[in-house]
Amino acid sequence: MSGMGGAGGGWTGAVRRRVVRALPPEKLLPDTQPAYMASWIYVFGVLTVAALIVVLLTGGVLALKGPAWWHVSGAGKYVNGLHLWSVELFMFFMVIHLWGKFFMAAWRGRRALTWVTGAVCFFTSIGAAFTGYLVQQNFDSQWIAGQAKDGLNSVGIGAFFNVLDFGQMLMWHIVLLPLVLGLLAIWHILLVRWRGIVPPIDAATIDPADATTREAAR
Amino acid sequence: MTALPYFYPGARLFAAPIDLNGAGRYVHWGVVQLSVANLVIIGLMLVVFMAALLLPFPRGRGRR
Ligand code: HEM
Repeated sequence: MSGMGGAGGGWTGAVRRRVVRALPPEKLLPDTQPAYMASWIYVFGVLTVAALIVVLLTGGVLALKGPAWWHVSGAGKYVNGLHLWSVELFMFFMVIHLWGKFFMAAWRGRRALTWVTGAVCFFTSIGAAFTGYLVQQNFDSQWIAGQAKDGLNSVGIGAFFNVLDFGQMLMWHIVLLPLVLGLLAIWHILLVRWRGIVPPIDAATIDPADATTREAAR
Repeated sequence: MTALPYFYPGARLFAAPIDLNGAGRYVHWGVVQLSVANLVIIGLMLVVFMAALLLPFPRGRGRR
């Protein structure tokens, strides 16, 4: 009954209006950013995204081809290596990103959920990396599983999360954790788009709506 | 792929810069144990973090 802007249209219309109001196209895919974003430290979020994409793609290839390929053939070992090293870079970039956001207190101005989704991404990534170590199918993974089971049993979760159960760990590593991490990362980035990049700490005391104050502060 | 002989041309270029055979090196600090490899990576992260803060960011063309 109504156009894009009006009320009505059932739940699809209501959801569409809410989404478009929160993230209009120019906010979802902006082509300019505030001048204070011109620093290398802001590049580490997107470097983390890029590394995560390589992790997911190479992991997908490993899953398609199987262990007889990645353990034995030259190409398989190479893709296995790409998977490992993209994870190393992902962790590297993510921690620098975290440090940057910590020291600029980037949770200011209703951005707490951005920080929290980032922190949960961090812990989920650690789980994904550790279950990855468990499914290497070598003496290293056997040793790690043997050690980890004692720690996990001592806190009472060994019955639900059994590191000696290869099938369960493989499922955590290639299904549950990548899915959760992917969704969290998308949510995290949409939150950044929604709130906009956080202003520098010294600029935060100035009312951004009041241009004369801003000019006077120069 | 068959394994390459150790002496193929350019082998040194692709070899690990340090000997990776044998047990890893660890630093011990009370109950804390840290591999030297991880310590080097932490150091590198600090260097990259400082570089990101200090190096000038290039301005796009046609922007003030
Ligand atoms: C999967 C891991 C992560 C990905 C892919 C990711 C990605 C991004 C991207 C692309 C941005 C915007 C660009 C930038 O400022 O760098 C961003 C901003 C942000 N990230 Fe992350 N991030 C991740 C993990 C984390 C972690 C571990 C934290 C901290 C606990 C965090 C906290 C933040 C905050 C607070 C912002 C908002 C900055 C602002 O509003 O200016 N992120 N993230």
